[in-house]
Amino acid sequence: MMNLFGDPAIWLPFAFAVLMGISILVYVVLDGFDLGVGLLFPFAEADERDRMVASIGPFWDANETWLVMAIGILLVAFPVAHGTILTALYLPVAVMLIGLILRGVAFEFRVKAPTRHRSAWNRAFFAGSLMASLSQGFMLGLYVTGLVITPATIAFGILTALFLTVGYSFIGASWIIAKAEGPLQRKAVGWARGGIWGVLFGIAAISMATPLVSGRIWDKWFSFPSILYLSPLPILSGVLLYLLWRVLQRLPLPGDRWAWAPFTIGTGLFMMAFGGLAYSFYPYVVPERMTIYEAASAPESLIIILVGALIVLPIIAAYSILAYTVFRGKATQLTYY
Amino acid sequence: MDPLILSRIQFAANISFHILFPTITIALGWVLLFFKLRFNRTGDEKWMDAYRFWVKVFALSFALGVVSGITMSFQFGTNWPGFMEVVGNVAGPLLAYEIMTAFFLEAAFLGIMLFGFRRVPGWLHTTATALVAFGTTLSAFWILVLNSWMHTPAGFELRDGVVHATDWFAIIFNPSMPYRLVHMLLASGLTVAFLIAGLSALRWIWGDRGAEVRATLRFGAIMGAVLIPMQILAGDFHGLNTLEHQPAKVAAMEGNWETQSRVPLVLFAIPDEEARENRFEVAIPGMASLILKHDFDGVVPGLNDFVTEGGVVEHPPVAPVFFAFRVMVGLGLAMLALSWSALWFMRRKRGIEGLPNVYIYAFAGMAFSGWVATLAGWYVTEIGRQPWLVTGVLTTAESVADVSGGMVLSTLLAYLAVYALLTAAYLGALTYLARKASHGGRTTPDPAPRDAGIEIMTPAE
Repeated sequence: MMNLFGDPAIWLPFAFAVLMGISILVYVVLDGFDLGVGLLFPFAEADERDRMVASIGPFWDANETWLVMAIGILLVAFPVAHGTILTALYLPVAVMLIGLILRGVAFEFRVKAPTRHRSAWNRAFFAGSLMASLSQGFMLGLYVTGLVITPATIAFGILTALFLTVGYSFIGASWIIAKAEGPLQRKAVGWARGGIWGVLFGIAAISMATPLVSGRIWDKWFSFPSILYLSPLPILSGVLLYLLWRVLQRLPLPGDRWAWAPFTIGTGLFMMAFGGLAYSFYPYVVPERMTIYEAASAPESLIIILVGALIVLPIIAAYSILAYTVFRGKATQLTYY
Repeated sequence: MDPLILSRIQFAANISFHILFPTITIALGWVLLFFKLRFNRTGDEKWMDAYRFWVKVFALSFALGVVSGITMSFQFGTNWPGFMEVVGNVAGPLLAYEIMTAFFLEAAFLGIMLFGFRRVPGWLHTTATALVAFGTTLSAFWILVLNSWMHTPAGFELRDGVVHATDWFAIIFNPSMPYRLVHMLLASGLTVAFLIAGLSALRWIWGDRGAEVRATLRFGAIMGAVLIPMQILAGDFHGLNTLEHQPAKVAAMEGNWETQSRVPLVLFAIPDEEARENRFEVAIPGMASLILKHDFDGVVPGLNDFVTEGGVVEHPPVAPVFFAFRVMVGLGLAMLALSWSALWFMRRKRGIEGLPNVYIYAFAGMAFSGWVATLAGWYVTEIGRQPWLVTGVLTTAESVADVSGGMVLSTLLAYLAVYALLTAAYLGALTYLARKASHGGRTTPDPAPRDAGIEIMTPAE
């Protein structure tokens, strides 16, 4: 089996890079809307907050597991890169972790702790979501500028931190559009309109910065003929953005038509942006320093994981679909009985 | 300050905080399944009331376990990059299997288990509860395989200083794995048994005389009484296994400096590593030899065997291991005494009213004894492995990250503040839930305290 697709030292790291990329993308979209809902908390009324939490309550834990999956693959498949990347990002990682801790426990405490503490846990829910979003955006900025700390890269990181946070609030708003009705849904349409620029500027900033930082990436995109067959990517992104803008102008529509459109189109945009990033950085896992082939674990360990992944991933997909089916439709009261 | 010691304190703080919550959820998942099945079988509402109360504790503990666990998967990289660089080929697949087989299973079915009671058929809700319980146990299995392998590595070879797996069966079923797994699963069961009995006793003290609280206090006392003798036996076997594979750890646990026969069982002492002797020792002659070798004349290795000619100490720090071991054993004996004598008072359907008042307070006081014993046990085994991170393969000092002490100190303080806050909030929420349940009688939904006319969307409390 190991030599089925040629040299295992080549195709195995590639397969794991693909798996890791998919996990990061799934995480960014799924936990993106969870974090986005948290970011929008201060703009909502008390009863709306309960409904917003109800719209993500059954899912957030599984959504966050994709982060564990992504970091797990980095850890197990590219152990050397894992150390290099995470020590370089030491402080933002700590901020993100504390944010994720606050966000995750505030979910539970805001309804289980004494009622007089509820507003404090609501604030913790917002603060945790904000810390996690900002630090993830900051890490994205540092990563694309090559994981070196200079005033310029920090400034760029702050910029991407803001854009990703607004982008998350956008995808969170589009999730609420799909899962809510009435005044909350109308409010969410307004939030989504306000958040769309984060997506736009975020994609633009990173698209412009990456080729400028690295001559290699510049050549990959702007040499002939790659520029030709890569051109659909920015064009399609532009079309999606335009569509999104038009849809948000008209929502909500009678019969709740198109309610899923903003989330679907938003997901499409995130996929485009991520695809572009993946194309830019391949084959590097630590930008310009270490390729996936140099960082990979021994093939005999990777194959053990891959066999398991091929068996388990379809099962994970099946029961994730089950969970989303059980809790489909508009978010309603969440009760334990 | 020294980044090594700061990183160690930080990881110890993280993992100590983390283990509190899986210790509860591993066994509580199965207990919830038991409550649900009892309800399915008898139709008695008290079992469903018990399910509803304890599923809240489960949800809260689960959330804390998840978020504190994520922290550790990152800290392997931020603080201990040497670990994965050297043993990644073994640790990687084990962690990957934990994520793929256990984490997603728990996470996906947790939603259905918590919020699906009205949305899915009864059998699917029961199945979801069973799958979540199975998932938490499976997760414990994989992580204990990896932890045991770090204590007693097997099935690998070193090539250019990097561990390569040669025999996965030997890696998974490494010498200490079965003992450690059983010991930890029983510890989880005992923690939950005394937590259930303790919170039920607290509700009794606050005036709750419902059928639910009677059932759960009795349930906790019986569960504790059944598990504690098994745990003492499992602990004994685990100790013998450690003596075989990590004799220096056992020597530190016993406070035994010289290799000798007729080793006394030290009940109390203050081990002095400078003088290499015990001060204020109270001991029973020959008992340690009897326990460890099942023979008074058995020869047990002492700490002085693990100091090189040049005076380099290769055994773990003695005092923390020595004291933590006594805390664990002492709590185990207290659990044995309390649960068995309580059962004697509750015999022949006398139930909770047969218990002297002091027992009710003792159960309430022992509510979190399982936590303390579990932490003490982990300190014994983890500090007892020092100076090694992976016995004989990699030392802790070799794997620490090259980050500055100031940076580690700042994150350490931040983590400690968050953990202190959350521990207080968790204990507060549990007592609040118990108080609310004992005043409201049952834990069925409160009438929503909001304006009438608005449809209330209360997330599950």
